[in-house]
Formats: sequence, structure tokens, C-alpha cells
Amino acid sequence: MKRILLAVDGSEHSNRAAEKAIGLARITEDSEIELLYVVDGSRSKTDILHYGDSDAASAKRRRMLAAFEEMITAENISVTSTVLQGKNGVAEPIISHANDGAYDVLVIGSRGLNTMQTMVLGSVSHKVMKYVKAPVMMVK
Amino acid sequence: MLSTIEKWKQEWFSNVKGDVLAGLVVALALIPEAIAFSIIAGVDPMVGLYASFCIAVIISFVGGRPGMISAATGAMALLMITLVADHGLEYLLAATILTGILQILFGVFKLAALMKFVPRSVMIGFVNALAILIFTSQLQHFVNETWVMYAMVALTLAIIYILPKFTKAVPSTLVAIVVVTAIAIIMNAGVRTVGDMGALPDTLPIFALPNIPLNMETLMIIFPYSLALAMVGILESLLTASIVDDMTDTDSDKNKESRGQGIANVATGFFGGMAGCAMIGQSVINVKSGGTGRLSALVAGTFLMFLILVVGDWVVQIPMAALAGVMIMVSIGTFDWSSLTNIHKVPRTDALVMVTVVGTVVYTHDLAIGVFAGVIMSAIFFAWKLSKIKVEEHFNVRTREMTYEVHGQLFFASVQDFTDQLDFNADVSHVILDLSNTQLWDDSAVGAIDKVKHKYGLRNIEVSITGLNKESYKLMEKIGGLNKASGH
Repeated sequence: MKRILLAVDGSEHSNRAAEKAIGLARITEDSEIELLYVVDGSRSKTDILHYGDSDAASAKRRRMLAAFEEMITAENISVTSTVLQGKNGVAEPIISHANDGAYDVLVIGSRGLNTMQTMVLGSVSHKVMKYVKAPVMMVK
Repeated sequence: MLSTIEKWKQEWFSNVKGDVLAGLVVALALIPEAIAFSIIAGVDPMVGLYASFCIAVIISFVGGRPGMISAATGAMALLMITLVADHGLEYLLAATILTGILQILFGVFKLAALMKFVPRSVMIGFVNALAILIFTSQLQHFVNETWVMYAMVALTLAIIYILPKFTKAVPSTLVAIVVVTAIAIIMNAGVRTVGDMGALPDTLPIFALPNIPLNMETLMIIFPYSLALAMVGILESLLTASIVDDMTDTDSDKNKESRGQGIANVATGFFGGMAGCAMIGQSVINVKSGGTGRLSALVAGTFLMFLILVVGDWVVQIPMAALAGVMIMVSIGTFDWSSLTNIHKVPRTDALVMVTVVGTVVYTHDLAIGVFAGVIMSAIFFAWKLSKIKVEEHFNVRTREMTYEVHGQLFFASVQDFTDQLDFNADVSHVILDLSNTQLWDDSAVGAIDKVKHKYGLRNIEVSITGLNKESYKLMEKIGGLNKASGH
């Protein structure tokens, strides 16, 4: 597990996913974690309304990622961050990014939706599990 | 020069397939909205459809934000209701032209920067108020209706929200409208349809001058409407531009967009359409469908007109129930739901401003007044927070010198608080005002310093000032406070 891709969204579930990713990184020496945050198309409207413009929204997202970076570097694990725009949902960018790079594992938090929400919103982790070629660890 | 051509090619033809497909999707989504917004404004569906066609096509050439969709909008339609009711369509067309002229001026004088005076809490209040008004504007269609109409609205909404879970190949809104229209025709349900609401276009729009007297009286009638329309149009357009910037991770020219909106509205007024602006919902649909270039708006506009001319006979059969369903979906999509879940997290004054904007708009039915009230209220809250001033006392028992250290901003709102904290009856020989931690902002601040000197002067106590920064010194010099100070 040398190259770990960790998909986060700033929720409680991604905190737990980050802890698990750190746990995996500790097993092998010189492991590295890449943080991946995909901005959902509909998220843009909310972020612009609440933070002003695109630059301010980007800064806010960077801050969210910085908290994870700090958490990971504190464990002496090297970390990089990637922010992608998911125009039409967040699952596809995660899948293509994961399949384009040579990752040993993808760690992702489950949003913990109930049956009704899953039906209406669709499950990102479900799609990711299905289409990502590397092993996927879904953290509940 | 080469880079200009390169940029032009990039903006038009770098994403042809994505733009064309997205344009077709947007055209289908624009039709029900253009019709519904016309009905809100109180004009024939034709007026909104002409507007959507003209604005989308013209903006594709002159706009500053490729990938953004502009057409007839709810925010603008809501501002026109009383103008149309009191004076009729011709005045609306004239107001549309004047709106465009004001927006062009806005762009030419690079006033997009003025947007910084509209706080985010006001913008959130704006979209929430817009959502509520779009929703309440649909309620009239439910009055004295049968259960058939209610069932049709429910079916429309069910298809819109559930179909995308199974397929995203076709826009669910279109399927909902087709299914409900088919049911209405087959069942011969006798419900009210789009055709009952007024005429649809059967030709391309033609150029014409609005049929109004060109005099001062006309100007006085249309100017207030045009000003409100111009402001709201720019506000929503620049907000939408920022959202598209963020979604596509690219930049846009906000002043060019303001000018473009103006040019589009001037032309639209001459071609018999109502004023419009950028649409948040449609722009998001466009980008999500793969549209990022100028071509998508052009395709959306022309395909919309093509559809209306070719299948207009079918469009008139769309039941109002289907349209109301679509509009309820639009209002749900417009509302910023996160502002409700976050309301306890944001500063209380921000929440109060947001709620005030919503309340004002719902009460006055005027988005411009709501925004204005919100901006004023935010400014007052800001001045209130800034007016907190602290004066620290340091008394030297040996020399009987009193030093007052002022912390905070000295301006009209804080001067009373400042002088209240000084003890004018103190038994001292000399007063030192240490202004190194404050700044003098206005006439009131200079006046307050003079007043302090005067009051101590009555008891023959000298007041000296230290730590005045450069700006404050200049201000005192200009207003004359320092001359008096140097007089003794």
C-alpha cells in the first residue's frame, strides 16, 4: 500500500476515512497519500453564494484540505492534494482519476445515507466501488 | 492579433459537440420557463419566448462569460408585473430598452466592482426570496381547480425527481411535460393549457419601435422599473457568472458581461421581448450537460425558436398543471437550502439581514427593494460593530496628567461613545489624548476632538494630542481642527 488515494469531502465520514488511510500508510514504509476533493457541480452555487467568488471558494476548499494534510504530515507521511471540478456528479471524476493513476488503494468515506436518500441522491461510493480498478476501502 | 483569433476560436469552437448537445438540452428546459415567466409578468407567452431567443443568441456573441445561459427570467418578470398591469406591453418593451441602456453604461463605467457592496447574506436572501416568489406565483393556478389538476402537478414533480435515478439520457422535465400533456389530450381532461394564457409566436420576431409617446411622462413611468430591472439583472448575471467560473475553473470578464446583458436587452426590447438576465439554474444545467463555450447559448436560442415555430401547435396543449409542476421544481432548485441548515452557524446579524431581505421581498414583491434594504441594513450593522470604542485612562499622580488612550475607530457613530468615556470634571492639570490606536474618519470625529478641547478649556485645562496618524492629521488640517489647536 505505497500509493494511497484518499477521497474526502470535509464530512465526518472523511475524517474517519483519513484515519484509516493513515493506518494503511503506516504499514508500508515510504507510503504516500494523495488527497482528492471533487467539487460537485451543484456545490458551486452554494459555495459562491456563501463565500463570494470562485477564488474565495477555492481558498475555503484548500483550507478544508489543509486540515487533512496537517493530520497526515503529523504522522510523517508525505501528502499531496488534488481538487477536481465534478460538473456532473462527483463519482465520475473520482473513478477516472483513480483509474488514470497507479494507486494501490482508494480510501473513501461512505456518506451514510438511509435507503430513501440513496434512492434519490444515488450512492457515490457504490459507483466508485463498481468502477474503480484498484482495491477500494469504504469507511463507514 | 493572433491571440485574439485564437481566443475567439477557443471560445466558440473548442467544444463543439458538448456545446451543441448542451444547447439542445437547455432549449428544451428554457421553453416552459419562458412561458411561465411571461405568465408571471402578465404578458403573452410570445413575449418571453422572443426574449429568450433574442437574449440567448445575442449574449452568445457579446457576453463576457462563455457557457452561461441568459434568457427571460423569473427575477426580471417579477419586477414587471405592475408596469404591465398599469401601462401595458408597449411600456414594458420601452422599459426593456432603457434597462439595456443602463446596463451598457454600468459596463462601460466598469461598475461591476460595485457588487462588492452587496454582502453575501443579501445575495443569499435574494435567491431565497426569488425562489419563494416563483413558488407563490404558481399558487394562482391552483385556485378553483379540480383534483385532476392537482394529480397532474404531482405526476409532473414525481417524474422530474424520480426519472433521473433510472436514466439521465433524456431531461426528466421534458419527459414529465410530454407525459402529462399526452395524458391531458388522451383523457380529454379539459384542464387549462398554455394556449389559454395567450398567443404563441408563429413567426420570427420583427424589429419595431415600442408604440409609446416619447416624452418626459413616459420616461418617468418606465425609469424606476428600468433601474430596478438593470440592477437585478446585473446582480443575478454576475452571481451566475461567478458560479460558472467556479464550475468550469475559468475566469470571465464581468464588465463585458454587464455590457453584453445591456446590448441583449436593448435588442430584445426592439424585437418584442421582455427584459432578461443570466439564469443560475439553466447555466448549471448547461455546464452539467457539457456546455462550456459560446456555441451552447447560440444553439439554445435558435433551437428554442425552431421548436416553437415547428411544434407550437403542441406547445399550446401543455396543461398549466405541468408548467406549475416545472416551476415548483425551479423554485426548489433556486432556494439555497444550506442557508437554513447553516442559519445557527453564521453571525446573527448576517442571518437577520438574510431574513430581512426575504421578508422585504415577499412583502413588497420587489427584489430590488429587498436588495436595497439588505445593503442598508448590512451597512448599519457594520457601522454599529465598528462604533465600539474603548478609552483607557492612565493618571500620573505626580504631574497630575491624565492620558486617554483611544482604541477603535472615531467616526460619526462612535463619537458619542467616545466623549461619554472621558471625565470632564476630573481634577487634573493636563489632558493628553493618545490617538495612536485610532483613526479619525470624518467631520464628526474632528468635531468631537474640538469639543473635548473646548470642554476642558472651560476649566483652563490644556489638551494635547499625540500619535495622530497621517490620514487623521490631514483630515484635521483640512477641516480646521488643527488650526485651532495651534492657536494657543
